[in-house]
Order: sequence, then structure tokens, then C-alpha cells
Amino acid sequence: MRKQLIQKVNDPMTKTDAFISIRNVNKFFGKFQAINDVSIDIGHGEFFSLLGSSGCGKTTLLRMLAGFENPTSGEIYIDGQPMSGVPPHHRPVNMVFQSYAIFPHLNVRDNIAYGLRKQKLSRSKRNAMVDEMLDLIKLPDYGDRKANQLSGGQRQRIALARSLILRPKVLLLDEPLGALDKQLREQMQLELRALQKTVGITFVFVTHDQEEALTLSDRIAVMSNGRDLQVDTPTRLYESPMDREVASFIGTMNFFDGTVKALTDGGAEIETAGIGDVYTTNIPPSLTPGQSVSVAIRPEKLTLSSDGHGGSNTVKGRLDNAAYLGERSHYYVSVDGVPQPVAVSAQNRQRANGNAESQRPVWLSWDDNAFVVLGNG
Amino acid sequence: MSGHSYIKRPNRPLQIYAALFLVVLYVPVLFLPLFSFNTSIYVKFPLTGFTFQWYIELMDREPVWAALMNSLRVGVTTSLISTGFGIFAAKAITRYRLPGKGPLVGFIMLPLVVPGIIFGVALLILISRMGIPLSLYTVTIGHVIVCLPFAIATMIPRFEGFDPSIEEASADLGENAWWTFWRITFPMVFPGILASLLLTFTVSFDEFIMAFFLSGTDPTLPMYIWSQLRFPKEFPSILALASIILVVSFAMVFLGQWINRDAQATDSKSE
Ligand SMILES: Nc1ncnc2c1ncn2[C@@H]1O[C@H](COP(=O)(O)OP(=O)(O)O)[C@@H](O)[C@H]1O
Ligand SMILES: [Mg+2]
Repeated sequence: MRKQLIQKVNDPMTKTDAFISIRNVNKFFGKFQAINDVSIDIGHGEFFSLLGSSGCGKTTLLRMLAGFENPTSGEIYIDGQPMSGVPPHHRPVNMVFQSYAIFPHLNVRDNIAYGLRKQKLSRSKRNAMVDEMLDLIKLPDYGDRKANQLSGGQRQRIALARSLILRPKVLLLDEPLGALDKQLREQMQLELRALQKTVGITFVFVTHDQEEALTLSDRIAVMSNGRDLQVDTPTRLYESPMDREVASFIGTMNFFDGTVKALTDGGAEIETAGIGDVYTTNIPPSLTPGQSVSVAIRPEKLTLSSDGHGGSNTVKGRLDNAAYLGERSHYYVSVDGVPQPVAVSAQNRQRANGNAESQRPVWLSWDDNAFVVLGNG
Repeated sequence: MSGHSYIKRPNRPLQIYAALFLVVLYVPVLFLPLFSFNTSIYVKFPLTGFTFQWYIELMDREPVWAALMNSLRVGVTTSLISTGFGIFAAKAITRYRLPGKGPLVGFIMLPLVVPGIIFGVALLILISRMGIPLSLYTVTIGHVIVCLPFAIATMIPRFEGFDPSIEEASADLGENAWWTFWRITFPMVFPGILASLLLTFTVSFDEFIMAFFLSGTDPTLPMYIWSQLRFPKEFPSILALASIILVVSFAMVFLGQWINRDAQATDSKSE
């Protein structure tokens, strides 16, 4: 109930400009429910990501958009048209498969031109279109190569070109960068984003890599066990996650139990067990005084210092552990009344001397509004 | 470093076993061509002399040519029908989640292990009950049943060897099932189809028991050979004929295997 409410408030998309509309979709494989009442609206020209750990139903949802699986119940609309009963070859979408599915018996040119058969183009027009695509994917001299003479990154681009040449309204991409090594993946992320801006096609992008989703997307749907937990912009997902599950899936988060003490002009005063009272305006709607909630803060929003000063927004603890990661260090601080050590992330502005002495007293401090209030779920 | 992994290192006893196995299997068969070039009409050592006489005699026999034509017709028809069925059966077996798939596959493969005489008698009873006269057509029916498992077994690795999402990609790019079959599936399994055609043709061409039960007045080549065994005088020519069949069969089966050598490797090769 609460989830629905927040989604309405947070969702910049109103129903009228939704280009893809997934309405209460369920999918069962036998008795196993792979998709559980998912409703998502995706806007025209959006770079939209489905983010979730392996097995949460991302591919299944994508395959329902492409028409390879049918929803057990619910409806999918694309460009205003209901999609039930429309076979894959009649849908205005194209898919880049996780395995790329390059046709091994055809050369690059014929792979890219594969979908043009029905358009009955002249040979010269067809060749021109293929050349244009080869330029777009930066493989102009690869037209005559066989599929087995290509690297992973090249195959991925050809799978893209093969879809884009048909000017689909929507491009579906199932973990297209998953098989590539880190460096190539980062390069392809940039290219993919630039490409999407150039062609202006709606992208629905599946990934289990939260960083990738944050970098690329206009909006992200965080999925877990077949449900969509939160649909939001990367910033809001990171800064104002709706519940503990989303908060801990994206980045690291420190959680504290608390109760609402008072509500004051758009913010809330929360009383916590270990870190005193915190004030923040990052609150869900319909908060009532006395309600028990979780408050959460990202490790980089805490400041660590070794000389204590009292006052508000400060708490004393003991340094448990420190991990040096080059540009930054991670610290774990135990605070009385807080069950888990608190994670702190700090940039190493000074040269580190490598003798972070364990168990010494330290002070944590934070700004107002650094905390976010979650429902107690 | 030997350069061999544990599982791949050479295994002497296994190699000896394999060699012995091949000798026991094929040496008796090699006596056929050996004696077919011998001048004596008796099959016994010592050899008396070298001759092409029996082969030349064979060429002059009208019934041999007739039987050969019968066998070719039955073989070609059988291979086309059983390979055609085999394509779709193998696709169904590998692509769809069929309930009771295991038993079904076992059932299709049954003709490989059920004695031909049982199938022959059963079909004979069925066909005569239905009032169908015995002819080369009834032989063909029997041969299709015998050959279907060979066709399916040849095609299955071809289908397993490629990623189903390749067919899905074709559908995604706008082609319906019919065009997807002709533009993707067919070319990708084509070597398997050729291999299956060659193999099923050979099986049909060499088959005796079904032909024995189900043929009418037109004999196939193996039937002809069998009918001539009664005449000792004819024996060397029969040896010559058998030798030819042997060589051609070997050649066809090996050709089929060679064409289909990269089955199941299509994916890994293209990586
Ligand atoms: N065709 C299918 N039959 C049965 N179960 C399936 C099928 N496809 C997917 N599943 C199951 O549905 C769940 C979600 O799968 P999938 O959508 O592939 O997850 P993801 O892409 O997020 O890793 C998994 O538990 C998977 O085993
Ligand atoms: Mg997946």
C-alpha cells in the first residue's frame, strides 16, 4: 500500500506519456512465480534499466516485452497497443540477446541486413543502410568477416546494429556487456549511452551490475524475487531508497532503528538508540509521530575524526577495522547501542601512513539531511 | 610437462583393446573381397589365382541390375522420408519441453534394439490384415521405421549444437517460423541432413530382414543375394556383389560422418 503511494509521488512519468506500460504482470513457470505483480511505465526515448541479482526475473520480463514469453496475467502495452497475442516478429521491439545470437553461417553484412528482407529494398539501398550501420558501430571494414572471426565486443556491436537497422521503437538489451572484460565494458557503456542519445530509441537494459545501471540509466527499476521494489532515477534510488532491501542492494548503507519524535516543517526528528536524535527531510509521506522506522546513512556521508567535540550530529565510537583502498579508505566503527559496526568511507586526501591504530576512540559526525528515513520493513 | 591433461593422456591398454576390437569386427568381413578376386569357385585356402571374372559376370546379369534399381528406389525414398521426419522429431526433442520426453525418445529409438524379425512379422501381419499387397512400397514403410532412429540420432547433436536464441533472434528480427526455418535452422543443420540422408540410404540399401518379410515379387539387392546363395556356382559373383556393396556402404557412412564432423561444435567454434 505504502509502496504504491510513494511510487505515484516519485514517478515523473504520468500515465499519458508512458510509451511502454507493464500493468500488473504475473508470470508462472509451473508453480514457480518468476514475476510477481509488476507494474512499470517507461517513457519515450528513456534509457531504462532493470536491475536485480541473478534469478530475480529480469530476463523473463524482457522476454515478455519481446514476445517470447506470455504473461500469465496482466497486460503489456507498447505505444498504446496491447501486446497479448502479438508474436515476436510483429512487435515494434528488437532484442540484443545475452549470448548475442549472431547467425554463425552468415557474414557480418548478412547478419546486419537479416531483418531487411521484407522491406524489398534495392541492393544499393540495402548496402548503403548496412554501410551506415557498420560506420555507426565503428566496424566499417568488417562486413565480409564470418561470425567466428569476431571478438566478444565486436559481436555485441553487430547484434546492436542488426537490431538498430530496423529502427525499432524499443531496443531490449539483456546484460549485453556482461561477457566483456572490465575495460571494454566501461568503453562500451559510454558508447552505448552515446548511441542511445544519437538514435533516440527507448532502451530497456537488463543488468545485475548496480554501478552500470547508475551510470547509464535515466531511470532504474530495482527488482527482487520477481517484484519491482522501486522505480526511480539513479540519484533518488541512491539518496532516497524506499526500503532496506533497495538501500542495501545499491551501494552500502548503515541502518539504525528509531522512532519518530516530532514532525516539523517538511522534516522529521527521529530518536535512535545509539546515535541520538537525527533530523532529516528525506522522509516518506504519511509518517506519524511515535511510528517506529529505520534511518539510514551512506558511509561517505559520515565524517570520521580522532579529536572529539560534543554537540549535535556527533557520536563517539571505537575504530574496529580499517581497509585501505588507494583513493579511499573504509573504516568500521562500533558505537554503543548499535548492533552492527558503522561503515565509514573517506577519501585519502593526505598521504596515508598506514597505522590506523585499532580500538582507538573516534568521533562520527554528519550533516542535517544526510540521513534518510525508511519504513520499518 | 607431458602436455596432456589427466583425462587425455594416452592409455596403452585402451589402445590395444581398440585395435583388437576393430580386427575382430572387420577381418571376417575382409574375406569377402579377398575371395571375390580368387579364380576358384570354392571359398577355401590356398588362393588359386587373381581374376576380375566374377565382377565381369555380374555386369551381364539382368536380375542384378533390376534388384539394384529396386534397392536404389527404396533407399532414396526411405532416406528422404526418414530424414524429413527426423528433422522435425529432432527439433521437437531438443527444442520443446515435452512432457514424457524421455520415454518418447526411448520409444522412437526402439527399432535399434528390437530384433528385425519381430518388427518384420508384426508389420507383415498388420499390412496383410489391412489388405495392402506386398510391394516395394511396403518394404519402404518397413525401412522408414528402421531408419528413423538413425536419422534422429544424427540430427539431434546438430540441434543441440546451436543456441535456441539464434532462432529467437530471427523471430525478433521479423521472420515467422517458416522463414526462420529456411533462413536459419535449415542451413545450420544442413550437414546433419546430408549425413542423415547418406546414413539412412545405406541402412535401407543393406537391410535384409524387413525386405524379406515385406517385399512382393520385386527383390531388393540383399534379397537377390540371399536367393542366389543356394547355387554354389553363383557364389563367387555374389561375393563380388557383396564386396561392392560393402565398399560403397563404408564410403557413404564415412562421407556422412565427415560432413557432419563439427556437429555440436558450431557454438564453441564460433566463440
Ligand atoms: N522457461 C523457464 N522455465 C522455468 N523456470 C524459468 C524459465 N525461465 C526462467 N525461469 C526461472 O525464473 C527465474 C527468473 O529467471 P530470469 O528471468 O532468467 O532471471 P534473471 O534474468 O534475473 O537472472 C529463475 O529462477 C529461473 O530459474
Ligand atoms: Mg538473465
